[in-house]
Amino acid sequence: MAETNSQNHGRRKLVSSVMTTLTAACAVFVVAVLLLIISYIAIRGFSSISVQFLIDTPKPVGEGGGIGNAILGSVMMTALAAVIGLPIGVLAGIYLAEFGNNWYGNVVRFLADTLVGVPSIIIGIFIYTLIVVPMGRQSGLAGGLALALIMIPIVARTTEEMIRLVPDAMREGALALGAPQWRVTWNIVLPAASTGIATGAMLAIARITGETAPLLFTALNSRFYNFYLDQPMSSLTVQIFNYATGPFEVEHAMAWAATLILVGIILVINVLVRFLTRKRF
Amino acid sequence: MTYRISELRQTMRSKISVSNLNFYYGKTQALQDISMEIPEREVVAFIGPSGCGKSTFLRTLNRMNDTIAGTRVEGKVTIDEQNIYASGTDVVSLRRKIGMVFQKSNPFPKSIFENVAYGIRINGIHKNKADLHERVEKALRDAALWDEVKDRLNASAFGLSGGQQQRLCIARALAVQPQVILMDEPASALDPIATQKIEELVVDLKKDYTIVIVTHNMQQASRVSDKTAFFMLGKLVEFNPTQKVFQNPDERLTEDYITGRFG
Ligand SMILES: Nc1ncnc2c1ncn2[C@@H]1O[C@H](COP(=O)(O)OP(=O)(O)OP(=O)(O)O)[C@@H](O)[C@H]1O
Ligand SMILES: [Mg+2]
Repeated sequence: MAETNSQNHGRRKLVSSVMTTLTAACAVFVVAVLLLIISYIAIRGFSSISVQFLIDTPKPVGEGGGIGNAILGSVMMTALAAVIGLPIGVLAGIYLAEFGNNWYGNVVRFLADTLVGVPSIIIGIFIYTLIVVPMGRQSGLAGGLALALIMIPIVARTTEEMIRLVPDAMREGALALGAPQWRVTWNIVLPAASTGIATGAMLAIARITGETAPLLFTALNSRFYNFYLDQPMSSLTVQIFNYATGPFEVEHAMAWAATLILVGIILVINVLVRFLTRKRF
Repeated sequence: MTYRISELRQTMRSKISVSNLNFYYGKTQALQDISMEIPEREVVAFIGPSGCGKSTFLRTLNRMNDTIAGTRVEGKVTIDEQNIYASGTDVVSLRRKIGMVFQKSNPFPKSIFENVAYGIRINGIHKNKADLHERVEKALRDAALWDEVKDRLNASAFGLSGGQQQRLCIARALAVQPQVILMDEPASALDPIATQKIEELVVDLKKDYTIVIVTHNMQQASRVSDKTAFFMLGKLVEFNPTQKVFQNPDERLTEDYITGRFG
């Protein structure tokens, strides 16, 4: 009896340590891949970064040039997409979680999931026919709308999932005090789910900041600083694409540098949102 | 003597009146043909084996079961002569009138202060900030929690122990001054001292409130309640003055349960 017990114990310990090592190894692998990518980009891109590079517009090869207008364009179009996409996505997610247990909710959920899976270039073509053709030209507006469309289903579904994680007991506690449904959602459920919702929003923003395909048809590109949303607009991703596919080595170096900046911006968004939504209660 | 008093009380106005209540979770019937008069300003204890329907019944009294999909109610529940299941009932103001303390504590993801202030705020009970503070303090004192939290009112409610969280939920319910308080095993996670404080509170609250308390603790039922209802398998087996239930019950089943022959 005692013997089998200690045998079992020995086996349990072995299995436990093997599994722990295995999971730790996988975790190291994930982090290593990320570090490798980031450090490679940093090594290749860092030497080309200068203040001039960050504020200049693209110039003919050999005359320097930079990505100032591309950064501005990316920020403007992402901001436009966020302003449109976040409220619609979050509200749709709230609806799905709190009131969507019916056929309409199921239809919306199914369509949102389908939309998440649609290749982003299709979204670009859709906006192209809907906005670009009638307007007669590509524009930052069209680019921002395409990005918003990509964002909405992602935000809606993550918001729904996060809200569903809030225990029913918490809702009942508020209802029992005589809180109307909308106040329960607003004061209790949303704050409880806020970190998760913000994480979803952040992931969606990071995702659209890195999109190239939907912008090719919609925002096109521009060689100049452009503050008007009805004009073609440059973006970091499209600019990277242009530099990277150019024939000259200086262009490739600028593509690496611009990539480093893009990764940096996404990193800053991540850290910022984490900081702003850190758990207070 | 005591019998005379309870008989007198039976003639008192009933606050809640339940007649022929059936309740279903989908196809399974959880409550069968329950009828009961709960008198105003008395404490009624619900006892019975686990799973017999005490919580379910309690939750029909403030329509909390409405939130569970697929449930169905038959019969009538009237509070102050109003049928709460009549169409057109304002469930929000009903729940404002009927406070509830849940079996599992469920604080909000807010500070200790804001947990108690929440009900006061949404119902606009307070006159000003000072009044709000006073009400929060009073509720916390009544729930025997004030001394333990007065120095950390702005800390998260999740930092409290299980028993403290339960008392916080009691304070939260008291703060909106309901007319009826439904308590589902409010003391099951509390130590003897806190339990005693809660029991004293219950007896004290009787002056102004009608109280229904679910408990697995027979001594507690006999200490705090005026009347006791014994449930089994979704049926109300016996409902009598507490003294009678514990000393000379009408039903054999009640006696067996109280003396611990099953349960
Ligand atoms: N949400 C639910 N869905 C389906 N059945 C339920 C649900 N809640 C409770 N029941 C069932 O209804 C019956 C009564 O449950 P209830 O929670 O009212 O018992 P209880 O008397 O409060 O028990 P305890 O003393 O353990 O709290 C049980 O058989 C239980 O399984
Ligand atoms: Mg129960």
